[in-house]
Amino acid sequence: MAKRISRGRFLKTMGAGAVAGSTFSILSCSVSTSPQSSGDGGGNGGGGNGGGGNSLNLYNWSDYVAEETLPGFEEETGIRVTQDFYASNEELLARLQSGAAGYDVIVPSDYMVAIMQKSGVLQELDFEQIPNFENVGEEFRGLSYDPENNFSVPYQWGTTGLLYNRAEIGEITSWDAIFDPEFEGRIAMIDDVRETLGAALMSLGYSINSTDEAELEEAQSLLVEQKPLLRGYFDSTEITPLVENGDILIGHVFSGDGMTPTMDNEDLAYIIPEPGATRWTDNMCIPNGAANVEGAHQFINYILAAGPGAALTNYTYYGTPNEAALPDIDEELTDIPEYDPPDEVFDRLQVIEDVGEATRMYERIFTEVKSS
Amino acid sequence: MDERKGWSWRLAGLLSPAAFWLGIFFMLPLMLILVYSFGRSGVYGDITITFDPSNYLRVFDPLYLEIIGRSLAIAGLTTLFCFALGYPLAYFITFKGGRWKLALLLMVMIPFWTSLLVRAYAWVVILGGNGIANRSLQFLGITSEPLNLIFTPQAVMMGMVYSYLPFMILPLYASLEKFDSRLKEAAQDLGASRWHTFWKVTFPLSLPGVIAGSILVFIPSAGEFVIPDLLGGSRTVMTGNLIQQQFLNARDWAFGSALAVMLGVLMLGAILLYIRKVGTDKLEGV
Repeated sequence: MAKRISRGRFLKTMGAGAVAGSTFSILSCSVSTSPQSSGDGGGNGGGGNGGGGNSLNLYNWSDYVAEETLPGFEEETGIRVTQDFYASNEELLARLQSGAAGYDVIVPSDYMVAIMQKSGVLQELDFEQIPNFENVGEEFRGLSYDPENNFSVPYQWGTTGLLYNRAEIGEITSWDAIFDPEFEGRIAMIDDVRETLGAALMSLGYSINSTDEAELEEAQSLLVEQKPLLRGYFDSTEITPLVENGDILIGHVFSGDGMTPTMDNEDLAYIIPEPGATRWTDNMCIPNGAANVEGAHQFINYILAAGPGAALTNYTYYGTPNEAALPDIDEELTDIPEYDPPDEVFDRLQVIEDVGEATRMYERIFTEVKSS
Repeated sequence: MDERKGWSWRLAGLLSPAAFWLGIFFMLPLMLILVYSFGRSGVYGDITITFDPSNYLRVFDPLYLEIIGRSLAIAGLTTLFCFALGYPLAYFITFKGGRWKLALLLMVMIPFWTSLLVRAYAWVVILGGNGIANRSLQFLGITSEPLNLIFTPQAVMMGMVYSYLPFMILPLYASLEKFDSRLKEAAQDLGASRWHTFWKVTFPLSLPGVIAGSILVFIPSAGEFVIPDLLGGSRTVMTGNLIQQQFLNARDWAFGSALAVMLGVLMLGAILLYIRKVGTDKLEGV
């Protein structure tokens, strides 16, 4: 669920992929991250070159690999990686379902792994080829969305909470702050139905996966009430700079986006709000139709090695499920309590699950909130 | 007879690339959308092809009607603003441009050289709390604190007018350019005031440009979804956003297709009505 994307990268990506407002240009930005190859300009409807053992198509969230990840992999295996980006799990699913083929590795979040498995777009992993799976921590194996780890291996994990300007508004601890009229016009929420509706549900003490109509209605009216207080709904990565430059005081963000700015600005802080917040896990999967299945397994195995795993977290500031990588994680990151929350905090985190039929109800509620 | 047949073969040859292109990339997807719009979407995005009109009935949900109505109103307003700004400019370039005409036209077109997304994002930077606009205002002492310029309905409107203005100016210029200035002289010789000459002679003759420009602005702005997201902070939902959500988030391609078809039909109706009212009647009167 990471949407880390720097401004420079954003413009570059958009520039490469955009054809004057044509509908899908915004959805299909393709930038080659391997130093030797050139970008293919986007919108080619799928991974670039078809077969071939020495190339791999990674379909990932933006800015979600460390600078040394892909070159390091190429050095070790001789496989050149081309990367395409998506901005939401739903977009990833839509692309795969519309027949985009040729992606070898994708990185869906927890609930999306379950959905993808049900819609039959994933292939089973061969753990013979992923010996480094032994590095995956016990608490990251057999998670509810893939109890046998047949289809997925964890990539990174994190929380969704609040980044706020502590110097201006003092300490906050709960979701109440984002509904406080005192901060009118200085609050931003993530433009994601499950996260934003989830925040409302959790602040009311309900489950983030509630399908109870009365509870959802209550959450809806809370969000409708909140809307006049909002600066807007954005991608998490867009919210961080708004908080940094003082445009807004409180932003709803993913943990990596929330902790990065606190490193060099003491005024800012990231919290995991009470009573509950989202814990998400992104996973590496191999979709059906992958051209380089062997290379895909090699890539997954590479990420689960100690060095590459640590490099990833030291760059993205998201948690690693890779126990072998733990000793190499930067201290300035491990010093932040929210990076690795203590048990009493961890226990109140909730995981987004597929709500099946209720997905439409969620969508309608969010549309109603946004157009109110 | 033979010769005519030869011509038609040649004509067919000339038309076939366009026919092929439109057939594959326009008609086929359109047909697909039409078929999907009567289908039924499963929870995981699979579509069952049936003949189920319920997707169309869902469009009449007051929530969606309001969104469609709002989109049409925003598109209408955009068209109006573009006309109000574009007509005087096109008039000026045509009749007063002189040797600068080409340079002026080029300036209208230059923004097209970069993508709409990049230009929209530039406005985010310009209008942001720390942006050039706010800093200039504060530097000049007009305001003491940053104003909320970005992520407002006004910013969306401004972005729309900015993006679509050239679509209005260029057809207007094209039709004014053909205008025979001797008609103006004749009108004035016959005693018409300049104002009168404009309304009775120049403007009616530029109507084809007005119609073309309005349509070119109205259609894309009614389906716009990038600008409300980028400049409006996603606080305004337009039909384009709604359709996008159905395809990408709700996994409801059938309903998304029905919405798209309805929007298309509505626009077609609005345009036919517009051409009838403003177009042919007046044109016949000329």
